Amino acid sequence: MTLQTVLVVAAALFAVGLYGALSQQVVVMVMMGLELMINGVLLAAAGFWWFLAPDPSGQVLLLVVLAAMTVEMAMGFAVATLVHRRRRTDMTDMAEDLAR
Amino acid sequence: MLIGIAFWVLAVVAVAAGVAVFVVDSMARATYALALSFIAVGVQILLLGQSYLGVITILMMVMEMAVMAVYMVMFMGMNPALMPMDMTHGKKTAIGASAGVFVLLAAGALLIPWPERRGVPPEDVTAALGLEIMGEKMLVMAVIGPVMVATIVAGVVLAAHRSRYDRFGDDLRRRPADDPQAGGVGR
Repeated sequence: MTLQTVLVVAAALFAVGLYGALSQQVVVMVMMGLELMINGVLLAAAGFWWFLAPDPSGQVLLLVVLAAMTVEMAMGFAVATLVHRRRRTDMTDMAEDLAR
Repeated sequence: MLIGIAFWVLAVVAVAAGVAVFVVDSMARATYALALSFIAVGVQILLLGQSYLGVITILMMVMEMAVMAVYMVMFMGMNPALMPMDMTHGKKTAIGASAGVFVLLAAGALLIPWPERRGVPPEDVTAALGLEIMGEKMLVMAVIGPVMVATIVAGVVLAAHRSRYDRFGDDLRRRPADDPQAGGVGR
């Protein structure tokens, strides 16, 4: 286990998540893609901490990433609920006009 | 040696479960696959010496995936374990973009001459993190707190079925409120 291998695994997780975020139509599946991307960031941050500078302040960065994950999830579910309530759909293609 | 083997097994599990999220034909299985990927990464974080963060990653993500499964049943209006589905768009573009990003990131990880490790981990990593949060990095946590509160408020406002505008009208002057069932004092 080296920093390089940890970062390659993190890159793989990030790339898989990116594929999901770009290709999925269901809002919850898009959120799953975003979660996987943050999962990769989390692993990379843990690797940087362990292999480069294992002082306590680096761990705070991981806590911030976890908090970002939580906020993303909560807001994603809230928006998904709103879109479903207003439009009776959970597909991103049915809410394209929100991007304009 | 043993840690190295464990890391690679967990790495394969994490990435394979991540891929499975978008390959399996039901949302319930996708949720379980994502939970498995998060558990594998959580254990990898444990291997990287961060016991507290590894454990909360596993606990938080398992709970989050449970919530996600409930949402899927709610929105899809069916048993997601029994209904095959393929709801994608722009698959080729997405595969190209993600492959490009992976090559870029992996090349960076392998080609950059990373510096030597500076310092050694504290004896009790969790205690050191606690002291850091309550000391030098308190501002970070003091910011995260209000952000979490704002998230709760925004989440409730967005997801609420009826807002105060529904109850009191567009100019908020309607009295009494238009409620399906009267409530409160003096009903």
